[in-house]
Amino acid sequence: MAGTEVRPSQRLPPCLLCKDCFLFLCVNKHRPMHRSSRTLHLRDLRARMNFKNLREYLAWLYYQYLLITGIYVLEPWEKSIFNSILFSAIAMVVYTSYVFVPIHVRLALEFFLGIFGGQLESTMALMT
Amino acid sequence: MPYEFYNVPVLSLQSISTVKYRQQDDECCLVPLHITMDNVKSNNNAIPRPETSFESKEIFFAFRPTCEPSEVRLVFVLKCICLLCRMLVGESLKNGQGTGVASRRHKHEPFEQAPMYVAVLTYLGFGIVTLFGYLRDFLRAVGLEKCNIAQEREKQKDFVPLYQDFENFYTRNLYMRVRDNWNRPICSLPGPVFDLMERVSDDYNWTFRFTGKTIHDVINMGSYNYLGFAENNADFLKTVADKVRQYGVGVCSTRQEIGNLSIHEELEQLVANFLGVESAMTYGMGFATNSMNIPALVGKGCLILSDELNHTSLILGARLSGATIRVFKHNNMQSLEKMLKEAVCSGQPRTHRPWKKILIVVEGIYSMEGSVVRLPEVIALKKKYKAYLYLDEAHSIGAVGQTGRGVTELFNVNTADVDVMMGTFTKSFGASGGYIAGKKELVDYLRTHSHSAVYATAMSPPATEQIIRAMKCIMGKDGSTEGMRRIRQLAENAKYFRSRLKEMGFIIYGNDDSPVVPVLLYMPAKVVAFAREMLARKIGVVVVGFPATPITEARARFCVSAAHTRDMLNQVLDCMNEVGDLLCLKFSRRKYSPQPDLCDETDFELDS
Repeated sequence: MAGTEVRPSQRLPPCLLCKDCFLFLCVNKHRPMHRSSRTLHLRDLRARMNFKNLREYLAWLYYQYLLITGIYVLEPWEKSIFNSILFSAIAMVVYTSYVFVPIHVRLALEFFLGIFGGQLESTMALMT
Repeated sequence: MPYEFYNVPVLSLQSISTVKYRQQDDECCLVPLHITMDNVKSNNNAIPRPETSFESKEIFFAFRPTCEPSEVRLVFVLKCICLLCRMLVGESLKNGQGTGVASRRHKHEPFEQAPMYVAVLTYLGFGIVTLFGYLRDFLRAVGLEKCNIAQEREKQKDFVPLYQDFENFYTRNLYMRVRDNWNRPICSLPGPVFDLMERVSDDYNWTFRFTGKTIHDVINMGSYNYLGFAENNADFLKTVADKVRQYGVGVCSTRQEIGNLSIHEELEQLVANFLGVESAMTYGMGFATNSMNIPALVGKGCLILSDELNHTSLILGARLSGATIRVFKHNNMQSLEKMLKEAVCSGQPRTHRPWKKILIVVEGIYSMEGSVVRLPEVIALKKKYKAYLYLDEAHSIGAVGQTGRGVTELFNVNTADVDVMMGTFTKSFGASGGYIAGKKELVDYLRTHSHSAVYATAMSPPATEQIIRAMKCIMGKDGSTEGMRRIRQLAENAKYFRSRLKEMGFIIYGNDDSPVVPVLLYMPAKVVAFAREMLARKIGVVVVGFPATPITEARARFCVSAAHTRDMLNQVLDCMNEVGDLLCLKFSRRKYSPQPDLCDETDFELDS
């Protein structure tokens, strides 16, 4: 029983490993020949953990968040403080990007088009 | 009366002379030698063979002044071969240890590093909890929260603060939150399974109360019960009961006064036979054996070269002795050789007088890493540089080796090469106490000059008899093969457990033969969650964090026992698998082949 079970990671083709992985800090250099190397990916874990429904999966993800940030050891009111601070920070980032990113992109495009447009006009003027 | 003469021919370009040394009566019988570069003998037996050390080229540099002109060509050829070997093989490992192929027994011990994100997240976790610790300290200082831990009185607040240092901060704000995982009260003997008292806390681990229930048959993976002698089988303990009736329970005196019982003499004779040395002396406490005997062996003007990861008792003994202490990197022979060479060449710090003695202090198995000392190489170095070796076999005696004789047997090394053999009876023999063994002159000297012998109470008779019966069982002198069966069972259990854990994908430190298995967990919250989850599955584990280990390398330490059956180990392994998936603990990036016997070295690449 020990060495005979096939690990799910061996069934997955290697090129998918980094594409839809949720672990944003996956810094393993991907080497195609090490197909069976044990790299930690949430997709493999999801396959091995047998979640019955989405709610259980989300609960497990929240548990991972508690463990990784170290919040797990704190008292509930401290957890609430940290969660609210983090949530408000993320909300502010999202709001700011929603409001300002289109404006910045538009300005940048105008700036660069202005430069290249100006170049084209001057070359045209030289040629004629 | 001089005990020993050393005839040391000195080969140098200038002159040839012989120097004699003898023991002075009031000094320890580890003979003080005047060690200079001139009289390091070019004894070919003492040079480590080129394939054992990648510092071979330096060995030849060291002998350059003493080489005859005709040998220069041979030396040059050997040097080139060594350099080639080094270039070809030396790049595969960057963890600071040479890949010795000295003997087939000494297997490769990698200290695998976790991926970078693990270190980042560990620091993140510690950082966040530290910030909340500052917040709580602020609330306590302001008065919004009651302080449950020791605090200075109002009148003392103007003096130097007592509880402001990092250690107290850590205890107050990190340890107290999660201390339900340590000091769990046990209510049975610590055999392969034990019973725990269930306790709960209403105020986040500041106080505990017992619910009254007992958790039965928790598998014990934390006790140093390597050979399973922590048992209460009436048949095995019959002799112990008899001796208690004969000698009583207490000794009420030191060995030098009227505490020297005949049972102590019997034990010491047995220990000397077991280890294959001339003589041995036993003490009532293992920690005190180290801390009180090293000061008797070395003093001011001596040098102690101690391994990075030595136990506190060795460090304390070294500091108490007053000798100069230099620390070399863990199990790193290049570092040790460099220090030895420098010590022999430069001598004492300001005066440059030669050191009176150089003592190399190492352990057989290091309890936090499970790694085994590279004994043949240390002995070769000690012979070459004329140092002395102090080997602490607390965890390895009885637990490794074909017949349980420890690391000397594991590496097939002559016990006369190790000058001071020390060990404890706590781990493999199920008793308490320690011993020092070696030449008769050494042990006789320690009987009179060791603080432990003069001032500490002698070992009590039941403990002594327990050690005697355990040792006789291991040696086979009680007429049964129980001892050999246990040793084989332990070796098998250790190999099986380690290989299964590696296969699952955990990062394990240490040598394949050692029964101490540290599983790296890294993040502080995962350490706590791991201990709690394992207890929920009725497995008792010991988790260790800062300050006993480096801050980023918290681990769970498993101690495999001969009393564990294959079923128990399988149960533990299944739970480890489950918990490892639940908590995402399988950090290993090694490519593991399911048949470990095919290749001697696992090939893997480490991301730095």
